[in-house]
Amino acid sequence: MDLITGTEINYYFVCKHKLWLFTHGINMEHNSDYVDIGKSLHENSFQREDKEILLDGRVKIDFIKNQLEIHETKKSKAIEEATKYQVLYYIYYLKMKGVDKVTGVIHYMDNHSKEEISLSEENENEIKEIIEEIYKIKLMNKPPTKVQSKICTKCSYYELCFS
Amino acid sequence: MKRSIYVNTNGRLSRKDNTIYLESETYGKKPIPVNNIQEIFLFGEVDLNTKAINFLAQNNITLHVFNYYGYYTGSFYPREHLPSGFLLVKQVEKYKDNEERLKVAKEFINSASHNILKNVKYYSNRKEGLDEYVKKIEAERENIKDVKNINELMGIEGRIRNIYYSAFEIIIDGKYDFKNRTMNPPDNPINAMISFGNSMMYSSVLSEIYNTQLNPTISYLHEPGERRFSLSLDISEIFKPIIIDRIIFTLINQRMIREEHFDQDLSMCYLNDKGRLIFEKEFDEKLKTIIKHPKLNKSVSYKRLIRLECYKLIKHIIDEEEYEGLKMWW
Repeated sequence: MDLITGTEINYYFVCKHKLWLFTHGINMEHNSDYVDIGKSLHENSFQREDKEILLDGRVKIDFIKNQLEIHETKKSKAIEEATKYQVLYYIYYLKMKGVDKVTGVIHYMDNHSKEEISLSEENENEIKEIIEEIYKIKLMNKPPTKVQSKICTKCSYYELCFS
Repeated sequence: MKRSIYVNTNGRLSRKDNTIYLESETYGKKPIPVNNIQEIFLFGEVDLNTKAINFLAQNNITLHVFNYYGYYTGSFYPREHLPSGFLLVKQVEKYKDNEERLKVAKEFINSASHNILKNVKYYSNRKEGLDEYVKKIEAERENIKDVKNINELMGIEGRIRNIYYSAFEIIIDGKYDFKNRTMNPPDNPINAMISFGNSMMYSSVLSEIYNTQLNPTISYLHEPGERRFSLSLDISEIFKPIIIDRIIFTLINQRMIREEHFDQDLSMCYLNDKGRLIFEKEFDEKLKTIIKHPKLNKSVSYKRLIRLECYKLIKHIIDEEEYEGLKMWW
């Protein structure tokens, strides 16, 4: 099985329907203004840091500071939980590779707040379960049923899902 | 919504810094804002170099090229940036299963003929003598559900088109002689406009397909990959009555297009430069027309409806939702 990416962990929390489509190559991101905003935020913030560290060709970390601190930049807290688990996954992933005591910082750009996180034992078990669940979704022949929620209208898949 | 640009003059496309410039005698050197452009239609004689082509590709801009007569030559489009092997396999599977293929093909004709009928009905409120055509088309449509193969379906489609085209003379108040559809070359102004309009339709649909993971060579109604990107032909069927035919009726009935806008002799007829300009303008405006989409609960352009049609096909192909073609609801 392919290595799980941070995006997949994120989508697992946002929408399983989107996760299935994304993992089957049905990508809509190029149509989304929100994605463009995110990209631009990403490019224009923290310009002094070395950005986009790609590990094993699949896991992409925004930037690393003080050797053991991984940083993730997001526009808003709209999908806070998804972001949190995305970063927890990076920490877990590094731990599996033998890099211990990594912590994470998430920067929310719209209100200039940040959140620091570290991986607990409980989180670690959760991440393992989530990875298993993602593999299961990837193996499904059809996408799981979609659930309409208020975040749908801002999603790049909105027109695909509801046309 | 990104725009389309139509280049009718002769000149040169070149890259300077981070923009593309169009240089022509008529308009001088004009920048083309790449962020805002989805595609460029080239009708004039235009020089370009690889620097310009590379830059267009980087910005995901498709270049459609047409020859002197306005016939579609081909497109230059960026290397596929959205491949999905999974979807391709499923798209092929749906083609190889005869029953599945027929199901999708029927829905194309079902929707196209619904839209044709809608046009005739619209004019039957304004002009005498169209009711019998409505009845004939309705009768033919009844047979769609029972067809057993693509040939029979094509037969129905052909008959519906013949009835429809014979209604044209009434719709346009007999302003032009129009008996039969002739292509290669078109022999009268109506055929010239249908040919030109269909080329425009075809390439616009192709642009939308390129923005999805669908493979344009695998189609259901037309035979796949027969010289052309046949999925584009399939989807065009639905939009031709909504976009092209309506443009033709408007241009003629409002006297926006006249005999002087065509180059013609005994055996052939084409829109001339002026005529093409008038048609393109109307085409561009038509694609920008906004309507309220009942399911998305927001306003979308006609052009967007083409993309949504691709999305619905994707959902059908991945077995999520049965494909239901666009039937004019307005």
